[in-house]
Formats: sequence, C-alpha cells, structure tokens
Amino acid sequence: MSNVDRTQEEVAARVKALESLMIEKGLLTTEMVDRFVEIYENEVGPQLGAKVVARAWTDPDFKARLLEDATAACRELEIGGMQGEDMVVLEVTDEVHHAVVCTLCSCYPWPVLGTPPNWYKEPQYRSRMVREPRKVLAEEFSFPIPDETEIRVWDSSSEIRYWVLPQRPRGTEDWTEEQLTELVTRDSMIGVGPTKAAS
Amino acid sequence: MNGVHDLGGMDGFGAIDAPPFEPPFEAEWQRTMAAMQLACFRGGWFVIDSFRHGIELMDPATYLTTSYYEHWLHSIEHHGVSKGHIDPDELDRRTQYYLENPEEPLPEHQASPELVAFVDAVVTHGASAQRPTDTPQRFVVGDLVRVRDESPAGHTRLARYVRGKVGTVIAYRGSFVFPDSAGNDGEEDPQHLYTIQIDGAALWGPKNAELRTSSTFDAWDPYLEVVNHQEGARS
Repeated sequence: MSNVDRTQEEVAARVKALESLMIEKGLLTTEMVDRFVEIYENEVGPQLGAKVVARAWTDPDFKARLLEDATAACRELEIGGMQGEDMVVLEVTDEVHHAVVCTLCSCYPWPVLGTPPNWYKEPQYRSRMVREPRKVLAEEFSFPIPDETEIRVWDSSSEIRYWVLPQRPRGTEDWTEEQLTELVTRDSMIGVGPTKAAS
Repeated sequence: MNGVHDLGGMDGFGAIDAPPFEPPFEAEWQRTMAAMQLACFRGGWFVIDSFRHGIELMDPATYLTTSYYEHWLHSIEHHGVSKGHIDPDELDRRTQYYLENPEEPLPEHQASPELVAFVDAVVTHGASAQRPTDTPQRFVVGDLVRVRDESPAGHTRLARYVRGKVGTVIAYRGSFVFPDSAGNDGEEDPQHLYTIQIDGAALWGPKNAELRTSSTFDAWDPYLEVVNHQEGARS
C-alpha cells in the first residue's frame, strides 16, 4: 500500500499515532503493551523449550508422549499457547537431522522459543534454507552436518509449529534434568546449531 | 499472489547475519506493535491469515528492506484503513504531530484489567486453527501427491517452489482453517491438512540439489492432486 521508505523516526511517530487512535477507541491501553512485552522479555523464551528437551532426555515415557503429541506433552509442564497451539517435535538421530524454516513469513514456536530472532525473519535464511541447507548450516551457522546424515527442512507453511529435539550430549549420563537444561540452546531447537557440550 | 514474501529457493540474498544475542524488541515502537496486533485481533480487524496478506500487499522493494515489526505496521494500517477503522487523514495528521513532538504523551486513558487479562489469556491458550469438517479425507500417509501448479491471485500458502512438485504424504494433521479463504476475508472453510515430503532433487533438479536433503511442506487438501495412492491404504 505504500512504497515510501520511512525513517525510524517516522515509523515511531506513525505507530504512536495509531496507538493514540486505538487508545481512544478503547482497543488498547499502555498496560496491555507493557504486559505483552513483560511476557516475551522475561517469561516466555527458549528456557521453556530447554525444560521440555531436558525432560525428554531423562524421561523416556515423556519423550514418547512429546513425539506423539508435543502440544499435550508441553501442557504437562504448563508450557503452550499463542503460536504453539499445534506443535510437532522432530527428533534428531544419527541418521536424520531436522531444521525449521518459514519461507512465506516467520512462523515460529513462540511458547517454547519466545519471539523469533531477526535472521529467522529475514530473506537470507528464508530463501536459502530450503535450497541449500547443508551449505547454510556449515557456512552460516558453523554447524556442518555429516554428508551421510539426511537433512530434512521443515517449512512451517501452516499453523503447525515445528521444533527440534536435539540429541543428548555425550558424557551426560549422570547429569540431572536441571543441569541438562543448561546445555540446550535455542539454535539447537531450531536445528541450526549444536547443544552445548558437557565439560 | 506471486509476492516477494514467497522466498523459498530464491537466490542472491547473500549471507545470513545471525548475532549470538538479540533483544526481543529493539525499539519502543516495536513493543507497541506487538501488542497492537492482539488488540486488532480482538477488535475483529483481521484474522491471522488476512493479517499475513496485509503484509504481502506491501510494496516489494519496501518489504525486503524493512523489519518484521514494520511489516506488521503496514498490515495493521492496511486493514485499519481499508475496513474503515482508521481515518487515514487523521492518522497522517497525528503522525506529523508526533514526528514534530516526539515527547508529547499518548492520550490519557484508564487502566483496563479486561484488556490485560485478554493478553494473558491469548498468550497462555492461543487460538488453534483446527476446525472440524465433514469433507472426506482424500489422502493418507504414504500417498504420492503432486502439488497443484497454480497461481492464486490473493492470499495463499501455496509457495511457488513446491508448485507442480511430487512428494509423499508423511503425516495427516487434522482439518484447519483454509488460508486461501480466511486470508482473503472469506469464511474459515476448514480443509484437511497434510505434511508432504519432497526430495531435494525433485525441488531443484538432481544437478542442483544437495545430497540427502528434502523439504517438508504443509499442504491443505485443495493444494494437492493424487499421483498414486498407497497400495491397500484404501481398503
């Protein structure tokens, strides 16, 4: 609708103008904005996905439920909601690696990973990940996948929200669930990076 | 629509810039934007599919050079103005005012516990797009299907890079709101949803595809035509 490039000052002024109109209509309050921001800055983020992953690593029955119905399994840990109403978790094995993209917009499992990072929303990742996933992972994320391992890229074209269950790091056999949580990275749950190594 | 947003498989965008840490919101206006979307859902300005279409209608050059939350602004403006919720002249006038007086406050208003509770409820429970349908399910896991090679004019999730390609149904997901209807301000028109897997060689050609790669794509029933039903799956 507009092909006029706006400066950040113009964008900020326009948003404030829109906000003022919506406030007058009773649709929006500044507290509503504050609450929304509070949730995604402090409450919902990849630490929640990490909890789920660590539980799956230590509890085989939970892992089975997670792979069967991720939404229901996450609900057991009181995790779920907006942009994760219908989640599917993909288990990485020695044979198959999984990674997630949204080529058409920026669909991302907010309840377990929080808001998406900029690179996930930008054209570079969205265009290239389906066409050259090996190159993207190796060259852009320093995360090479062995040639003999199959790579499956999940394009989030519907309201299903995909995310990845990485492999449990070696040498963590006697680690507690809580300790394991610290090894789970956001990128490992998108499929573009490793978990932290046990050290 | 064959829009610039449909990026799968396009070349030439270059390196991915993935810094290790980024804040969820990078400017005050981005914070407002995020909550404003929920307020618009509540006000009936759009649903998720038509919200996406509002972004797709951006000027393509602007789309590529602006941030995610600026895309949101375009969609909210598009729906707000085209559906009569916002007077564009008043919006321009106020924009100019805040541009010249950035420190001027927002209109005074009363707290609304109901609106804050709405934010918590939506974040916690979301709103699933699953809907029942009486239409029979046409495909089962194992079926070989071809993605229809069509170019719908309005909103669709039928991405260009999968059109005409043959893949295998690997999951049935249930029936969901159909974006090609809801995204164009139509009915929800629920349709069965399948995940199909397409080999990299089928997508990009055997000479161009990386070895042992495939993509999966979620396709609503009308996007697909049968190539070969799995043996015995119908009996």
